[in-house]
Amino acid sequence: MNGKTKKRTSLPQLTKQLMAIDDRLAGCMHCGLCQAVCPVYGVTLKEADVSRGKIVLLENLAYELLKDADGVGEKLDRCLLCGSCRSNCPSGVDTVEIFLHARRLITDYRGLGKIKKTVFRFILPHPGLMSFFVAFSGRFQRFFRRKANKSMGTFEFPILRPFAGKRHFQPLATKSFSAEYGKINTSAGKSGIKVAFFPGCVPDKLFVRIAQASMKAFEKNGVGVFMPGSLVCCGIPNLVSGDYVSFKRLVKTNLGLLKKAEFDYLVSPCATCVSSIKENWFRYRDDFTDDERRQIEEIHGKAMDITAFLIDVLNVEFKTSGSETCKRRVTYHDSCHLKKTLGIYAQPRNILKNLSGLEFVEMPEADRCCGSGGSFTLTQHKLANQIGQRKRNCVVSINPDIVAAACPACMLQLMDMLSQNGDSVEVKHVVELYADSLGR
Amino acid sequence: MNVNLVKEFMAIVGRELVFADEAERQAYSYDAAVLTPQVPALVVMPETHEQLGKTIKLAYENGLPITVRGAGSNLSGAVIPSSADTVVILTSRLNKIIEINEEDLYAVVEPGVITSVFAEAVSSRGLFYPPDPGSQTVSTLGGNVALNAGGLRGLKYGVTKDYLMGMEFFDYNGDLIKTGSRTVKCVTGYNLSGMMLGSEGTLGIFSQIILKLVPPPKASKALMAVYDDISDASETVAAIIAAHILPCTLEILDRKCLTYIEAHTRAGLPVEAAAILLIEVDGSHIQAVEEDACKVMELCKKCGSKDIRTAKDADEKNRLWEARRNALPALARARPTTVLEDATVPRSKVPAMVAAVNRIAQKYNLEIGTFGHAGDGNLHPTILCDRRNKEEFKRVEDAVDEIFDAALNLQGTLSGEHGIGMAKAKWMEKETNRATINFSKNLRLALDPKYLFNAGKKIL
Repeated sequence: MNGKTKKRTSLPQLTKQLMAIDDRLAGCMHCGLCQAVCPVYGVTLKEADVSRGKIVLLENLAYELLKDADGVGEKLDRCLLCGSCRSNCPSGVDTVEIFLHARRLITDYRGLGKIKKTVFRFILPHPGLMSFFVAFSGRFQRFFRRKANKSMGTFEFPILRPFAGKRHFQPLATKSFSAEYGKINTSAGKSGIKVAFFPGCVPDKLFVRIAQASMKAFEKNGVGVFMPGSLVCCGIPNLVSGDYVSFKRLVKTNLGLLKKAEFDYLVSPCATCVSSIKENWFRYRDDFTDDERRQIEEIHGKAMDITAFLIDVLNVEFKTSGSETCKRRVTYHDSCHLKKTLGIYAQPRNILKNLSGLEFVEMPEADRCCGSGGSFTLTQHKLANQIGQRKRNCVVSINPDIVAAACPACMLQLMDMLSQNGDSVEVKHVVELYADSLGR
Repeated sequence: MNVNLVKEFMAIVGRELVFADEAERQAYSYDAAVLTPQVPALVVMPETHEQLGKTIKLAYENGLPITVRGAGSNLSGAVIPSSADTVVILTSRLNKIIEINEEDLYAVVEPGVITSVFAEAVSSRGLFYPPDPGSQTVSTLGGNVALNAGGLRGLKYGVTKDYLMGMEFFDYNGDLIKTGSRTVKCVTGYNLSGMMLGSEGTLGIFSQIILKLVPPPKASKALMAVYDDISDASETVAAIIAAHILPCTLEILDRKCLTYIEAHTRAGLPVEAAAILLIEVDGSHIQAVEEDACKVMELCKKCGSKDIRTAKDADEKNRLWEARRNALPALARARPTTVLEDATVPRSKVPAMVAAVNRIAQKYNLEIGTFGHAGDGNLHPTILCDRRNKEEFKRVEDAVDEIFDAALNLQGTLSGEHGIGMAKAKWMEKETNRATINFSKNLRLALDPKYLFNAGKKIL
């Protein structure tokens, strides 16, 4: 593997690279207001877990006041990159950018773990392999799963314990969305709009119903859809682990596939994918070829979360049926990538408030991070659980029938936390609830 | 630090709550003040009162300097460890609200409770805890008491000291001392809470605090008055108080400040003005509040304000306060380092103090924006700089010294609400006298014979 042949950076090199971002680090005035919103600090109350602490550690590494780069790396890993601190920072420090960059530098120094290397550089770039795994496990899951929470229909998978701990999942799909639909290329209908559909790995392989609901929403609104058959991961897991090499490879693959048709918007039901495409692809655009850079810039303007697309672009209408006797209580969890990165919080609420048969109730701390953060749940399992417990307590405090979200990663976490607690609350994507309202 | 000693601390609080590794300790070497950091030898995070007492006793017996730390959000270097052998004791896990008593209007809390979390809990029970320091979303009540924190509501509602009814704290032996009570009146023994208030961790460590609560105001009204001359603004402040109206907040922002805020928010602020006042009156009767607001408006006009904007509803009120809320963010974004000062003068001297600050800014060629609590004479001259530029930072330090001098010359004080800490300890004698310092030192040595509690802070 060529990953192995890449030489690691030395400590003096790392110090020098960090010194190059000193200007950005110096922007932190050490006020500590990040403590108020940091989900990790909220659990541990440790200064090294909050952005102020991490920035000081990076500075100290840069100024050679600290030699333990591995120790700093471990602290950096204890961060969800949720951006809560960034949106609360009086000095406007772009913590997410700083930590992504620092992780990249520290990964170059300490190397990438074996499991991550295999997943990032071998499995993620090959969607066929992933789909095969899904089909295989989907078919045989009944032999190795165990019922976890009857009313929520979740299971635990003992053989996945080394990776996923005792997490509760919904049953795996027997066929991934992309395997079922293959390539899609339909022309614009009455809306006159055509979108590129980027389902995201979780809706494609686990919550297939979200991808199907999205398709239904497009179809019923006369939206043409283009989906190349073998889109790969958006690259966010690689980037947050500091594996820039494989991140770039995934972006390039996706760009090649997306080039094959014209579209007005790129739409995804995954808040993380949208923010990754809009923010991270764009952030590193200068590292790509001129053509690719231009394509990234164009996609930057076109990428949209599906709830924002429904409200802001399609301006969808809702059927009002006046007299439901029993409305189901629904609440909404703000995904960090949606609210804090993309500024989208009104649109999903707008949808939920307008759907007939639902009564919208706001939960306390709706925009506090759920603790999912993609691979964070796997590498920092205990922390993720503690953070998730607080979210779960907020959800059940208002006694809803359904908790809606617009990010599949958050949904996995919500489902796990509620199921572990023996609760009976349905976890649904906003677009699923919308699609349900459209009839057959 | 000696491995066996570390093990003894672990035996008290558990292995997980003693931080000995280098990276972890470095995260406790600073606070929000722009001062030289000092990495401690060990950090201990007790979870119970008993653990807290034992931790103090063990550290003291072994001659280790002790710095107690809440959120580390103070601006005076009060929790920067004294020396390399310091043990930092964290109060963050002592964060239980023990009691909110709605009948007798008091609350009992542990020192690590976060100010705004407490204020919200109190508010949800229909009561009010007014002190609201700028860092209230992270600051701890223990820290507020240790530094006698203020906030925006000082003029009418007072500061932390006006809400402290009693406390329990540990002395250097790890013995629990009790003082004050849950009653409105209490003259039992010395007023030790008064002594511990603002003691900045130099006399003992709190384990429990009793705080007074008040009924909340039922109505409020906010307005903004724009001035061409900052003296007119100050005259307005004096006139409002002479008319026996006590606004709950009375804030001033100078031209520099307005310019930065406008550049940051584009909210349409009057950047050509010399200063603006933001005034809020509150009370239990809407009609009385309206009348007060009308009187305040008249006084603003009479004192020379040509542009007065009032808020009709909560939304508009929110927008008026937006400017004040954005003061620090706007200033902080302009340059990497933000030195936030706290010099306070009798309120009639506010124009003289602002003039002095502007003169000092010019003399040292520095950018200084000033905002603050005009009703309290408590100004926050904010120096925008880059601490990495040694030459510039020397000018900042000289300017700060001169700001202190100016405040003292105007019969003011070194610090209205940020604390003395390390930043201003050397100035104490100048504001008081040698005898006061000696008296304070004697008090300190009587209660801390080995001089281990937060050495180098408050009194040198």
